[in-house]
Order: sequence, then structure tokens, then C-alpha cells
Amino acid sequence: MKIAVCVKQVPDTGPARKLDPVTNRLDRSGEGALNATDVNAVEEALRIKEAHGGEVVVVSFGPTRALDSLRKALAMGADRAVLISDEAAAGSDLVATSYALAKGLERESADLVLFGQQASDSDGAVLWAAVAERLRRPLVSQVAGLEIDGASVTGKRQTEFGYDVISAPLPAVVAVSDAINEPRYPSLKGIMGAKSKPTETLSLADIGAEADRVGASGSRTTVLELAPPPAKGDQIKIEDDGSAAEQLVEWLAGRKLL
Amino acid sequence: MSTLVFLEHHGGAIQKGSLGVLARALAVGGDVAGVVVGHGVAEVAASAGAFGVATVYTVDGPDFEAPLPQPRVDALEAVAAASGAENILFAASVLSADIAAGLAARLDAGLNWDVTDIAIDGGKLTARRPALGDTVLVTVGWTSTPRIALVRSGSFEPVETGGTAAVHDVAVTPREFSTAARMVDQAHEEASGPSIEDADVIVAGGRGLGTPEGFRLAEELAAALGGAVAATRAVVDAGWYPYSTQVGQTGKSVSPKLYIALGISGAIQHKVGMQSSGTIVAINKDANAPIFDFADFGVVGDLNAVAPKLADLVRARKG
Repeated sequence: MKIAVCVKQVPDTGPARKLDPVTNRLDRSGEGALNATDVNAVEEALRIKEAHGGEVVVVSFGPTRALDSLRKALAMGADRAVLISDEAAAGSDLVATSYALAKGLERESADLVLFGQQASDSDGAVLWAAVAERLRRPLVSQVAGLEIDGASVTGKRQTEFGYDVISAPLPAVVAVSDAINEPRYPSLKGIMGAKSKPTETLSLADIGAEADRVGASGSRTTVLELAPPPAKGDQIKIEDDGSAAEQLVEWLAGRKLL
Repeated sequence: MSTLVFLEHHGGAIQKGSLGVLARALAVGGDVAGVVVGHGVAEVAASAGAFGVATVYTVDGPDFEAPLPQPRVDALEAVAAASGAENILFAASVLSADIAAGLAARLDAGLNWDVTDIAIDGGKLTARRPALGDTVLVTVGWTSTPRIALVRSGSFEPVETGGTAAVHDVAVTPREFSTAARMVDQAHEEASGPSIEDADVIVAGGRGLGTPEGFRLAEELAAALGGAVAATRAVVDAGWYPYSTQVGQTGKSVSPKLYIALGISGAIQHKVGMQSSGTIVAINKDANAPIFDFADFGVVGDLNAVAPKLADLVRARKG
């Protein structure tokens, strides 16, 4: 079983994320980290490999420095990493990103393509559906429990209404929720070993992608204007010294919420 | 300008979120039509007329029975072509997010998500979305048509106007790969108490309540405030509280006047289900919990001390 896990490097700046005032794009100049919920997808791939054998390859689309974050996946146990990186790719939106990623994935012909739940920088939680469409493969999303039996996958998931069980033949695209597992920490041996694992950086030409379908020219959405959000009012945060309940009730009463 | 609104339905009723988006689309103007996809949905489609839309397209058949996204991409592609729609709008949900993104790839169309408002500017649709943890409000647009948008839960309320809708059925044969995934089982729980979606006050509990019995604190406080009790995905998955009370990305989206979070860390998956609440209060012993970033009033402290006292004081004040 060959499993491709799609992962993303995101800024490791927590709430201090900011937009570049010139390009209106996310400022990615600081430290990068592997997107937190992608780690669940890597973990799930490793568990499938441990049970069924095969290979785990992490695939990413981003600037060359994203390789640093891919090494974390290698340290956890992934076998190799593929980074699609090209200066012409900056500013890609969903349609452009899904096109480039699908091109890279076609080259791998994985039995199973896994995604994590949500990118912490764009808050996007949809890329898997666009990639499944481009690959013309069945999709199961929000999966909190995954079973594989040779030729098919069965995912248990949550929706607004309860639990669904969805089955699909392989090859398939599956997006996992962060409830699916508790990811392992890379061991010291894993971290050392990651340095000698194969990594590939591929240009758009390498994956056979048409340059005008990626980056700003391939994108179909645009940022027109940035503004501060509507004032939320002052936020109050207190440590309970025994009087927090009284203070809170007074505050609620003052806002006519009781 | 012509706009299609995807009307998601469950148990014979169009979802409140979809009707909210429909109301906003009608208010913004242009030709607005609805789309209902399923099996035996003519009646559901006609029911949208009461919310002011005059035309509803249906794609109807056994291939569209299960609420799976990929056959719906085929359905919407056909309806978009038949209607010449320039804008296609969805209320965010587990199902609709996957349809919207699949459709964007199919049509090579732009998708903006987490949209909280739409407008027409120079004859073109624009949208607003908060970004970077709601620290910036971005006006976004599209460079081609159709323009696809996923609207954040709770952004718009349905408006019941009365009226009738003409229903037009569009025949669609789904593609082979679209029907490869199959719904094997659905375990859908119906809510027993009052729906948390309609409550003015919600007291929600998370892992910080410690045990299933810890939910008594939430129930007691909710009773004092005349509110409903909600729960996070983690505690619902652990079996502490019923599924129908779950708030978050894979649960309900709520927008009460007052939301009190007890022992909830405030992960993004929870936040998306309650961020449009009027006032957010958080009580948590972890001073670094993300919920304090977006709570209006945060208490760092022991729930077992603060919550019962709060319930007592509320009862005393209400007399």
C-alpha cells in the first residue's frame, strides 16, 4: 500500500500572524512549522503502513523552506518527502493549489491520499475535495476512524447530524479529523534518521503543470481590501481570587444578559 | 447578475443556514434561484418559496439520496450550466464545504470561504471574510465566473416572506467516480430537549469538566440562566453528553446572545461553531487556553468553585 500524505508548512507564530502590506499575502518570513492537524494524517499513514506494509510519502506545495517542516514527518517515520516548489507558484488559491498538488500526486500514483483537518494559516478545510475532483477519485472527509481492507477504505465520521460510515474503493482520497489518533513524537533515532531520508524538490515543469494554471495567473480569487475587524469591545480576563463569580454576574447584569 | 443558492436539506427540511444565505442573496439583488439535490425532493424544493425565492432547481434520483458531496458536484455543474449562474453560494457545513471545493475544481472557478457578508460592487459580487484569527477583515473578490462562496455559519438569519416557488427538474447522470464512495450506515440522533440552535443562552462543557458527572455544573448553571446545555466534540466522542448538543465544525453552529464555555480550550474546530455568539464567557483553569483570545469575559480559575457560585448568584438575582 502506497500512501501519500499532503501536508503544509504554516507560520509558527501563533496569534502574531500578519499579512504583507504590499502583496496582501500571508507574511511567511518567520519560523515555519508542520501544520498541526496534518500531523494526525501522517500518524494515520504510519499506522496503516505498520498494519499493512507499504510506503508513506509526504507531499507538499510551498516555498523551498517548507522542506524543514517536512523533516518532522520524516522523523515521525515517513519514508520520503516530495516538495513542489516554484517561484511562479506564489499566491496560488484553492483552484491553483489543487491543480498543482494533483499533478504532483498523479506522479506518485498512491493507493491512498490523506489530508489533515484544517490549515491553521488560511483556516481552509476544503482542499481535499478539490484534489479528489482533480484526481477523479472517491472522497471521504472528516474521518475519525479509518479501516482498510485490501481494496477499499471505510471511514467513520461526524457530521452535524450524527455519525456516517462511508466506504470507497481504492485508490481514494481521505481527509482525517484530529480526533482520529494521538500522534507520536519523533524519537531521537527518528530525528537523526530523517536527515538521510530522500527528499525531492520539483518545479512546475517537473510535474508537468502548466505555469499559467498556478500562482496568481492560475488563481480565481483576489484580495481587494484589508480593514480592521469591527470593534469587539474590551476583553476582560481575570484570575479567580474568590470573587470572580461576583464580578462576572455584575458584568453580565451591566450588559443586560441576566 | 444571477445567483444560485445551494439549499441543503435534512429530514425533509431545508437547513436554517442555507435559508439564511438565501435571504441575504435575495436582499443583495439580481436573479436568485435555489438548488435542492436528493431523492424525492420536489416538496422540499417547493417549501423554499415561503422564503422568497421564485425558482428552485432540483436534481432528483436515487444516486443523490445519500448526503455525499461528489454526486452533488455533478448536479451543480449541470444546474449552473442550465441556469447560467454567475454566483453559487453555500452555507458552510460538512457536506457543503466538500461540494463547493469539488465544484470549484470542476469548473476551475474561484472559491472564497469563511465569508461573513456579500455585496454587489460595480455589478460584481464581493465578499467579506475575517482572517488570521479574526484580526483582519478582508474584502475578497473573484477574477472569473462562476464565483463560489462558502458562508460562515450563523452569518444570516432566514427571512420568511411567504410565496411559492416554481420547481424545475434537471436530469443528471453522475460520473462514475462520483458514485464510487457509498454511505454504508448513518446513525443520526434526534435531539430530545429544546434545540441548542434556538437557545438565547448556552452553557457549554468540555473536557475541563473532568467527568460525565461534571456536566451537572453546566446543567445547574444553564437552569439558573434559563439556557440550554451544549458540549464539545471531545466529550461527545467520549460519551459524556448526547450528540445533538455538540457545537463545532462537525456539530451544530450556534449564535446565542450569551455563550458560557466551561472547561473548553477553544480549539478552532469548536470556535467555528460558536464564534458568532453575542457575548462569550470562558471559565478555564488553563490561563493559556486559546478560548481566552476570543472570550469577552474570561475567568482563569477552578470550575468547581466558580460555576456553582455563579449559579447561586444568578438565582439570587433573578429572585
